Amino acid sequence: MDNSAYIQLLGQGIIETLIMTLGSTFLGYVLGLPIGIILTVTDKDGISPNPFIYKILDFICNILRSIPFIILLILLIPLTTIVVGKSYGTAAMVFPLFVCAAPFIGRMVESSLKEVDPGVIEAARSMGASNFDIIFRVLLVEAKTSLIVNATITTGTILGYTAMAGTVGGGGLGSIAVQYGYYRWNTQVMVITVILIIVIFQLIQNIGMAIASRLDHRK
Amino acid sequence: MSNIIIDHVSKTFTDSETEVHALHDICLKIDSGDIYGVIGMSGAGKSTLVRCLNYLEVPTEGHVYIGDKELGALSESELRNERSKISMIFQHFNLLMQKNVIDNICFPLIIKGVSKKEARKKARELLKTVDLTDKEKAYPAQLSGGQKQRVAIARALASEPEILLCDEATSALDPQTTSSILGLLRRINQELGITIVIITHQMAVVREICNKVAILEHGHLVEHGEVDEVFLNPRTRAAKTLLKYEEAESDG
Repeated sequence: MDNSAYIQLLGQGIIETLIMTLGSTFLGYVLGLPIGIILTVTDKDGISPNPFIYKILDFICNILRSIPFIILLILLIPLTTIVVGKSYGTAAMVFPLFVCAAPFIGRMVESSLKEVDPGVIEAARSMGASNFDIIFRVLLVEAKTSLIVNATITTGTILGYTAMAGTVGGGGLGSIAVQYGYYRWNTQVMVITVILIIVIFQLIQNIGMAIASRLDHRK
Repeated sequence: MSNIIIDHVSKTFTDSETEVHALHDICLKIDSGDIYGVIGMSGAGKSTLVRCLNYLEVPTEGHVYIGDKELGALSESELRNERSKISMIFQHFNLLMQKNVIDNICFPLIIKGVSKKEARKKARELLKTVDLTDKEKAYPAQLSGGQKQRVAIARALASEPEILLCDEATSALDPQTTSSILGLLRRINQELGITIVIITHQMAVVREICNKVAILEHGHLVEHGEVDEVFLNPRTRAAKTLLKYEEAESDG
């Protein structure tokens, strides 16, 4: 294999990794954000306590989060085949990554929203705010910095998980590192993939933190 | 205009094991235009009482009337509507930290469905009232305590309330700032005719601004009436203790 072939291979790996990371994080938020909001609202100190709903969601989140990702990946193969049409490849891996990300994101969102000063929520209620107003005009607004910081952490974590997805045929940089580094003892390729993953991680981290601090007006 | 009638109000907080009787059978009438002080040591139930006046706390027993409306008889949306006529300010200001001054003042108008343009116009007028026109674009974190409370007052006035509830509104401020905030409250009372209820543990606040006062002790209303009368002839131990406390403070 000549250099241009390697470059093409690694370029492909980068794209697959980004698709898996950003795709599953995005889908994770589509489900995880409402989960986090519902957990916050229905908790016993929330604005509309509902022990039944809280306990069900809490239980599902805990179960999914307690299964190690590599095992969840294998457990989900039949379901992945049904949902995506096949159980291998980059597109297929977005599904188990999403299943893993959503409850994690739900917890992250819950912890961000619970940081909001109860005094500000009370002030909004005293002005006649509805629960809808409090969620969308108080909680999500006041917690935005924390939400963005947590989204950055989540994206970084999911990036790590894509490497695991690589071991079961997920593609991406993780898959390249395993194939060339583990099976073929090609240290050079493995080192390059590791460096690329580090660079992507740093980019995500720096961009996320920069956005968060730019939007923060608390100081 | 709106009188406030507190009619045999009791409030008990029930935990899984313990019961806390925060208020016992409180009866009080606050007339329209009053600046009514409610004073007591911490834990006397002042904050609970003031929250019963806008139903942030629902009384366990008794009724609260604002004008001819009984708060307990209102539906959720009627209650929200009624709350926009009963504004509240707080010890720790409770401003939105991620919104600037003008957007904080617009908040009660926006949730009522007023257009952004109209809300801003109203908010700018209110900034003049509270003497903060140059801070329109500032964020709360950039303001002093007194300025934050002025923003909170402007926000409270945005919905054109008939009643303003002040929960320890000057307790986090130094004496000079306290005095300027109290001056502003007096002006609001005189110029806009807004009834003001002030919860405080500071006798000086009552003396400076209130025309009537109620003294709470362990959830009981022990004394109430015109400020001059209550302070000149305190009948109860609680009133005497509070007055003695004040003397000690001003001497010290």
